[in-house]
Amino acid sequence: MTMFQLEVYIAGVMLMSLIVYMLTGGADFGGGVWDLFATGRRAKDQRELIKHALAPIWEANHVWLIVIVVLLFVAFPVAFATIGTALHIPLTLMLIGIVLRGTAFVFRTYDDQSETTHLRWSRLFAIASIITPIMLGVTLGAVASGTIHVNVETGIVETDFISSWFALFPFAIGVFTLTLCALLAAVYLTLETDNPELQGDFRIRALVAAVSVGVMAGISFLLSAEGAPSIRKGLGNSIWSVPFHLLTGAVAIWAIWAIWKRHYPLARVLVPIQVILIIFGWGLAQFPHIVSPNLTFSNTAASKSVLQPVLIIVVIGAVIVIPAFWYLYAVFKGRDDKTGSLIEQNKTDI
Amino acid sequence: MEDLLAARAQMAMSLAFHIIFASIGIAMPLLMVIAEGLWLKTKDETYLTLAKRWSKGTAIMFAVGAVSGTVLSFELGLLWPTFMAYAGPIIGMPFSLEGLAFFIEAIFLGIYLYGWNRVPKTVHWLAGVMVLLGGMMSGIFVVTANAWMNTPTGFTIEDGKAVNIDPIAAMLNPSSFSQALHMTIAAFLAVGFAVAGIHAYFLRRDPQNEFHRKAFAIALCVGGIFSLLQPISGDISAKRLAKYQPVKLAAMEAQWETERGAPLRIGGIPDEEAEVTRYAIEIPKALSFLAHFDFNAEIKGLKEFPPENRPPVAIVHYAFQIMVGCGIVMIIAGILGGWLAWRHKGLPIKNWYLRFVTICTPLGFIAIEAGWTVTEVGRQPWVIYNIMRTADAVTPMPHLIVPFIGFTVLYIFLSIIVVILLRRQIFIYD
Ligand code: HDD
Ligand code: HEM
Ligand code: HEM
Repeated sequence: MTMFQLEVYIAGVMLMSLIVYMLTGGADFGGGVWDLFATGRRAKDQRELIKHALAPIWEANHVWLIVIVVLLFVAFPVAFATIGTALHIPLTLMLIGIVLRGTAFVFRTYDDQSETTHLRWSRLFAIASIITPIMLGVTLGAVASGTIHVNVETGIVETDFISSWFALFPFAIGVFTLTLCALLAAVYLTLETDNPELQGDFRIRALVAAVSVGVMAGISFLLSAEGAPSIRKGLGNSIWSVPFHLLTGAVAIWAIWAIWKRHYPLARVLVPIQVILIIFGWGLAQFPHIVSPNLTFSNTAASKSVLQPVLIIVVIGAVIVIPAFWYLYAVFKGRDDKTGSLIEQNKTDI
Repeated sequence: MEDLLAARAQMAMSLAFHIIFASIGIAMPLLMVIAEGLWLKTKDETYLTLAKRWSKGTAIMFAVGAVSGTVLSFELGLLWPTFMAYAGPIIGMPFSLEGLAFFIEAIFLGIYLYGWNRVPKTVHWLAGVMVLLGGMMSGIFVVTANAWMNTPTGFTIEDGKAVNIDPIAAMLNPSSFSQALHMTIAAFLAVGFAVAGIHAYFLRRDPQNEFHRKAFAIALCVGGIFSLLQPISGDISAKRLAKYQPVKLAAMEAQWETERGAPLRIGGIPDEEAEVTRYAIEIPKALSFLAHFDFNAEIKGLKEFPPENRPPVAIVHYAFQIMVGCGIVMIIAGILGGWLAWRHKGLPIKNWYLRFVTICTPLGFIAIEAGWTVTEVGRQPWVIYNIMRTADAVTPMPHLIVPFIGFTVLYIFLSIIVVILLRRQIFIYD
């Protein structure tokens, strides 16, 4: 396969969408994690901060997931059918998580504001925010593990509905995904407030999350020897792999240092780079398989007459969507031009 | 319960749930944009209050619409993998465009709902217009995908596989225009009357309340205008059915025999064993006229098709009657409202009329559910008309009853909460 086949571009767009989804939507899940672990005197302030950070943007962030699903079934229909069949159970659990999370979040805002009701919705929001990324990770882990067998000709899935995902490796990836979300959220939140005490709270949380990410990365790598041999080969033996690992590790350590030293704006840049490197590395290791071991990007790709218009839509879409997103973030995440301080929260009336 | 039945029930339940919120997502932005526009023009603060209060209720609806829509896009693969492996690339075009429309809608929605004090007034209003356009485009694109299931075009079949795919031809299939038009109008019509009905309820207690008067006026205008357009677009749909899906039309009308000068049936009990329809009120030759503009045109009856290719007649027939019945009541409400307003040179707030409009509150949504039942059940036993049977499209996954019950319980729970919260939003200020 040359690098210039259309399906490779689509696969690239999907990987990019997944990265953006993790950096934006993933951080929203992380917000839910820190909502659950809101503690101490400032627990309520922490929750408020998370709420204000999420409210205007979560619906838009969430669309990246839809983009991935749509591109999957348009461009790689057999892979979509296979994943939907073999991973029916974790995907269903993920969907329930998505539904409960989004609705609990708005219900909390519009239900009566008594402590108990508020807390009840908060709990639901937080627990769903934890289940969803774990199940997303389990799905990705199962897809990578090489245990989903399918007949390429007939499209019939030959694996049962449980064994491919109900295993150590996919769950390790699930927890790994969760720690990444938590890390992203904590780091973003340090910059969502000017209150040094709240910043301190999220600094500690970011450090805890960063260390957990390191631990989970190590565990996942160890488990991959048995749980996902082909990925392991990709990660372990290629020419690019050693320098790539060193780079990822260096960025991770630099990020921890930045958080430790309270260089929040620097951490705000380094942590996303770390996440990009991790997902990108996984994508490279898995390539050219979309569902290993049987399905590759090329043997499941739809015809050129389908892929071409999709790519055109992607390009047009990017031209429209990127400036719109930029505006959305500028409005809600921007800082006051004159003072450089955050635009006051209470100016956003809900 | 059989797995196929469970899958169909889960799909139908998820869609029936989503369509309510999707319709609100299409039409509420229009009401808000009108109210806010009137505020910008007249500087009357009541309009601003109105736009803001509508946007609060809508925020809840949008969130439920977004998450239930996400469930649907996964369910296509979870429940109908064979269908998607076949059709995914062919109907991918509208779905990809829909993704773009979702982005536009969701991004500008964030600005609209949370940006009242953060962006300039006109920019805020324009954000509302973008939400409206994004919502309408989402609805139109997804309906063209459904239209393709009714009249599949844009590919050829070789060895049971779809080849020579032309996604644009598939998107512009013969049903797309009429279905998308009818659906979009349905959303504005249903939401217009639902909102007018709620404010009519308050006006009966407090007829001079400026807030409710303005809200009622805007919503009734929207509902009334679209109620007049809906039968026209419905007729376009019926003519298209006569040409491309005669078996569905025959089921809608419970028409067993092929005949010239076929009557329009109101009510009646279709008997699928005896292949007759009893006790219906028949309007002579009306069906032939409606379907072909010719009182003596031939209408194909159900007996023309082998029993295994017929949809369940009674469900389709009753659903069609319910849809048209609701439509007629709303048309009457629209015409009466216009006439009263013209006679009295003012808002039509006679008590009996307000009561009438209050009764109309749920009718548009009932009609939407019934209309989709006509379309979807009337297409059975096919998932892709004349190409793939629903039974062949379903997932091999066993125990589908479990997710069906799970999602049903979840959606009932959400519905109850949404109703409670909306009541709070509506009553808290009064
Ligand atoms: C407010 C809702 C509403 C109202 C008042 C009506 N409809 Fe409708 N109808 C719908 C909402 C709807 C719908 C839910 O939106 C459907 C389902 C699929 C579609 O495209 O529109 C539909 C489908 C539908 C179909 C089937 C199209 C197909 O199978 O592809 C026909 C023939 C009609 N309608 C005809 C009518 C007529 C003659 C009406 C006369 C008043 C009418 N509808 C009122
Ligand atoms: C198989 C059928 C359908 C699928 C797969 C589907 C998919 C989706 C998805 C994924 C979303 C969420 C987007 C977001 O996060 O903002 C959504 C929302 C939406 N859908 Fe659907 N949908 C279906 C049926 C329909 C129908 C029939 C309509 C309209 C006529 C419709 C109109 C909308 C609209 C307007 C939204 C925006 C969100 C909102 O307004 O609440 N959808 N849909
Ligand atoms: C939102 C409005 C819609 C409603 C209320 C609706 C309703 C239904 C119902 C009642 C069924 C079950 C029919 C039966 O089994 O007898 C069904 C099936 C189905 N619908 Fe729709 N539908 C809608 C829109 C769509 C759209 C836009 C699509 C696709 C793009 C779609 C795809 C399907 C599929 C794949 C099935 C399962 C196969 C089948 O039963 O034919 N539906 N829907």
